[in-house]
Amino acid sequence: MKREPDNDLVVHDARVELAHGSGGRATARLVRSLFLKYLPSPALHELHDGAVVPIAGPLAISTDAFVVDPLFFPGGDIGKLSVCGTVNDVAMCGARPSSLAAAFVLEEGLTIAELERIVASMAQACAGAGVSIVTGDTKVVPRGKGDRVFVTTTGVGQVLPGVSVGPRQIRPGDHVLVSGPVGDHGTTILALRAGIDAGLELGSDCAPVAGEVMALLERIPGVHALRDPTRGGLAAVLNEFAEQSGTGFWIDEASVPVSPATRAAADILGLDPLQMACEGRFVAVLPAERADEALSLLRALPACAGAASIGEVVAAHPGKVVARTRIGGERLLDVFEGEPLPRIC
Amino acid sequence: MNAGQKLRAALDDPALATRLLDAIRREARELPPVRFMEVCGTHTVAIRRAGIPRLLPPSVELVSGPGCPVCVTPNETLDRAIAIAELPDVTVASFGDMLRVPGTVSSLAQARARGAEVRVVYSPLDAVRLARERPDRRVVFLAVGFETTAPTAAAALLAARDVPNFYLFSAHKLVPPALAALFARPDFAVQGLLLPGHVSAIIGADAYRPLAEERRVPCVVAGFEPADVLLSILMLLRQLRTGRAEVEIEYRVAVSGPGNARAREIMEEVFVATDSRWRGLGEIPQSGLSLRPEFAAQDAGRVLAVSVPESSEPAGCLCGQVLVGAVRPTACPLFGDACRPARPVGPCMVSNEGTCAAYYRYGG
Repeated sequence: MKREPDNDLVVHDARVELAHGSGGRATARLVRSLFLKYLPSPALHELHDGAVVPIAGPLAISTDAFVVDPLFFPGGDIGKLSVCGTVNDVAMCGARPSSLAAAFVLEEGLTIAELERIVASMAQACAGAGVSIVTGDTKVVPRGKGDRVFVTTTGVGQVLPGVSVGPRQIRPGDHVLVSGPVGDHGTTILALRAGIDAGLELGSDCAPVAGEVMALLERIPGVHALRDPTRGGLAAVLNEFAEQSGTGFWIDEASVPVSPATRAAADILGLDPLQMACEGRFVAVLPAERADEALSLLRALPACAGAASIGEVVAAHPGKVVARTRIGGERLLDVFEGEPLPRIC
Repeated sequence: MNAGQKLRAALDDPALATRLLDAIRREARELPPVRFMEVCGTHTVAIRRAGIPRLLPPSVELVSGPGCPVCVTPNETLDRAIAIAELPDVTVASFGDMLRVPGTVSSLAQARARGAEVRVVYSPLDAVRLARERPDRRVVFLAVGFETTAPTAAAALLAARDVPNFYLFSAHKLVPPALAALFARPDFAVQGLLLPGHVSAIIGADAYRPLAEERRVPCVVAGFEPADVLLSILMLLRQLRTGRAEVEIEYRVAVSGPGNARAREIMEEVFVATDSRWRGLGEIPQSGLSLRPEFAAQDAGRVLAVSVPESSEPAGCLCGQVLVGAVRPTACPLFGDACRPARPVGPCMVSNEGTCAAYYRYGG
């Protein structure tokens, strides 16, 4: 009897089956014909239990689990998201991300075409971010026990020499920069779920920002803190900074960039773009005397053309973020409790 | 930018806000101190998010009204919804805010954690879809909201006539009877109303004329941008100074005198007005919507009979008084400490549109 070779790159199966997670021949076929087809890292092609990667100096490591509904959205998909999210988290530690590990939990019944689209998107995002997926794992859960696909990625990178960023470095007088319009990702996802995306040119900002962060850190010494405003958006990051540094933040709302489409959708849904997730932005806190130079540097980078200086760190109201509103009023900029929900009134 | 975005940008112009505030100060100087109520929860959020109260002259005070649909839903309704969710083969679907509101002993979210199937939907039609996909379940849409959401719930039920496992549990409420009930309270002292924009788009500004005339109260249907709110306050002050008590429309892009006839027709086809209990206001005649008898087979209130022990409100919670503008959230002894968005005691701290949540989030 002639056995079908495991190296056969043709995927016959239209959908993910439980056997694909069994560790047997079906798993091997999926790995070879799909994952290895798109992901070029030699370490991954070794198909070893793990990967050996050379790294010198202090290492930054970050891990994140990704679940998103819908899986595919304007501007990205769960694959791109899972690469960018972890790459950006490593970069926020002041490190240049180099390698990723990826684990997939697939729900029985997911189409192979969808999985292929996700993996191809991850490969493209990796290429854009200058990182490789060097090891991974795949499990399959029975239908109804998952939500099509969950992806967990772990990333490592070498911390840039001489760089030490963290909220404890934040001082009153520091300036706050944001690398582009805020709230695009979270607003796009909620607008899609609520079915109000039609006619609005909404799109997620999902992108790796490691290159831009490295450029900033290499040219502007003394950056005090960096964070990417994902869940909870800009408001959550500023509140975390305020709490962890024991300082107050003062933000000029009119200076915070928000795209017209995101503003319109957020208005309809009754949401605050400052509380909605970004997936391709970062917030930098740095000494006032470096702020102008840092802002010009960022604005010269295509991905950060919309960067803005949005406020400063103050000694007053420690632990709190106060925003001057567009009409000259004042309000607290608080963290959202639970999940942002469209209004019903 | 499209036309809507241009309008938004124009309304956002700080110079416009400055001019409106100047005009408000001039008008206010001619008048004794005044108190206006913003009826709608979305207005409460817009006002506090823009920091309007502190920009107004001290003699112009804003109080929040019973305009958060989740907040005015009494515990009795929540308790019944939770009991329905715990019936076998039942899935309860509702808007996200409803899940976290504490009932007498539990919330829908807690019922879900105990094993009940409770789903968040963004529209009543999502619940109909769920019922089609899950013929083995009895899918109950817990319908809360004012005249804004009632037409969509009605349309969903009409679209689900061939989906026998779809049920509606109507907790809908009507705004004008609640306003009449407020003015009937002897302690109610408000000299003008900022009327809800979205509700009025459906029922029309004319629906408030009897109230304005009978109670001699100036009314303005307001939009939701800070400049809309400021202009509406200015219009109220001008009515007061010139001795008028009319229903004016500031939110002209969305609201007309007669309102949306088609939406009202759908509502009337499905619902009939009924006496209804409101948190804070108690029983108000003809202030709720129940399903007409011809929809009895899909009326969760009739078909899925549950009995619940007597409902009670949480001890010390002043939501009821906050909802009628009698006390400010910050005057509640639970506010900010025992009751906060992470651990809400009353519904006004749960909902996005709740007065207490708005005070907590944007600062009292």
